[in-house]
Amino acid sequence: MSKLLTSPLRAFAALAVLGLALLPLVLPTYYVSVATQILIFSVLAMSVDVLAGFTGRTPLCHGAIFGTSTYVVLYTASVYGLPLPAAMLLGVIAATLLASVFGLLAVRTSGVYFLLLTLALGLIVWGVCLRWTEVTGGENGERGQLRAALGMSPRQLYSGVAVVVALVTFVMWRFVRSPFGLTMRGIRDGESRMASLGYNVSLHLTIAFTASGFFAGIAGALYAVFNDFVSPSTVQLSQSVSGLLMAIVGGIGTLFGAFVGSFLIIALEQAVSKVTERWLMVLGLTFIAIMIFAPEGVIGKARLLMAGRAEPKTKA
Amino acid sequence: MAPVSEPILTLTDVTVQFGALKAVNSVSMSLKAGERRAVLGPNGAGKTTLFNAINGSVPPTSGRILFDCVDMTKMSPQARAYLGVARTFQITNLFGQMSVIENMRLAARGLSASKFSLFGSDKLTSEQDGRVHDSLAASRLTGREDVIVKEMSYGEQRQLEVAMALAGTPRLLLLDEPAAGLSPAERSFLADIIRNLPRDLTVVLIEHDMDLALALVDYVTVMQNGRIIVEDDPTSIRTNALVQEVYLGKPHVVAAETLEGDTDARGL
Repeated sequence: MSKLLTSPLRAFAALAVLGLALLPLVLPTYYVSVATQILIFSVLAMSVDVLAGFTGRTPLCHGAIFGTSTYVVLYTASVYGLPLPAAMLLGVIAATLLASVFGLLAVRTSGVYFLLLTLALGLIVWGVCLRWTEVTGGENGERGQLRAALGMSPRQLYSGVAVVVALVTFVMWRFVRSPFGLTMRGIRDGESRMASLGYNVSLHLTIAFTASGFFAGIAGALYAVFNDFVSPSTVQLSQSVSGLLMAIVGGIGTLFGAFVGSFLIIALEQAVSKVTERWLMVLGLTFIAIMIFAPEGVIGKARLLMAGRAEPKTKA
Repeated sequence: MAPVSEPILTLTDVTVQFGALKAVNSVSMSLKAGERRAVLGPNGAGKTTLFNAINGSVPPTSGRILFDCVDMTKMSPQARAYLGVARTFQITNLFGQMSVIENMRLAARGLSASKFSLFGSDKLTSEQDGRVHDSLAASRLTGREDVIVKEMSYGEQRQLEVAMALAGTPRLLLLDEPAAGLSPAERSFLADIIRNLPRDLTVVLIEHDMDLALALVDYVTVMQNGRIIVEDDPTSIRTNALVQEVYLGKPHVVAAETLEGDTDARGL
């Protein structure tokens, strides 16, 4: 990739990071908490992008993996009285284990079968959370005391989440740029070639799925602290869908596009739901517009436009 | 490694069956280490299926494949790659969105543990870098490292097919119509590349262009309808009546049929 192409994006990214750091100083409390939510969902969307954008396998179960972590954090903290870091660690471990099992089952399929299989796996988690009332609280869900125990103001929570998200983002960026990241892209573009070069495609996909679930689990653990409440709606299909939509809107395979997608969708939700209750309809229309005019997503489109400007005379 | 006289690859009664069709029908053949072998035959003769059986992408229905005294009949393609089997593809199978060097990185790391590095740098080790350098040089692609593959000419893509197969320093190289779709000038360029491959590398070559193939190999296997019909050295193959019949049609038949046979042999 040419440096010309990425440097304006890098400058923009640096500005965005600076803006995110200064945000809580200027915004009213309510918007600080919306911003916190945007950051948490960016991590979920990035975890979806690791699979959808880099291995070419689009999952519909990441909401369930994310929500499993949220459930485990809230349950272990409120029922067993575990300290928050231990509860969060357990949440991430649970999500990672779940993802490795899902991975083992799903990686032998691809395309629409992968989509449907992961969708079904996610629905199982949702069904368990709904019916296993003694543990999950059924439809009433589970309320925690995490925020009270932490004693953090929304601004402090934002800063804490921002630091964790920055670290996780850096780790994920290293992940997709590593030899393993190149392997994932190779599998996306040519499985038979990878096998004949000596790669065990299923094994690499399982590792990728597990890593992706680990990141989704971190997002879910953060969400437990942020929301202090979990119910089956946290693990339901629409959660998986919105994680995927955020990744697609920002630009699949761009990793950082997840931030743009998460911001656009959550900001739109906030803005539209003030005016009308039919916010999902507006989301649907927006999504259609993006698919028609910028199917490569916002960041993907920006990269294309900049590449066009850097080399004005492209293909004849 | 086996001594030169020992067979490195032995196929015994290998059959690959798709439903009722025996694409490869009870094929037995044996290759010496360092040998160059051409597999010829009209379209549908089972040449590519034979490659798939040797490479593991379509395991044989029955029979046995020994590679350097190891029975690899039931092994996966990646396990065979570890033993030293590499292949190119008849239909170009490269990572088009990536640059040449990224393709080569994947090829060079295929057999080493560094492919599992989850957070490490994407740089190659000096040993891997050396292999990439040598393979690119052998395929005459030095200096093209940063070009995006889909923007290269078709001829260069065929060269990269060879370079990627070489990057794992294989002992057996399966070339599936490496010159398919190339112009005459590009063909002779690619023939040069194949001719100059290391002499200790065993090469099996599928090719439709008989002149190109016969000039490159020590020994020839001719297939038809899944079976081996002739095995001989290139000089005898040129004059073999059975081979001429397969490629050009039977003598003493009406002109229209002769033409038809000719078209078949050219893969139309």
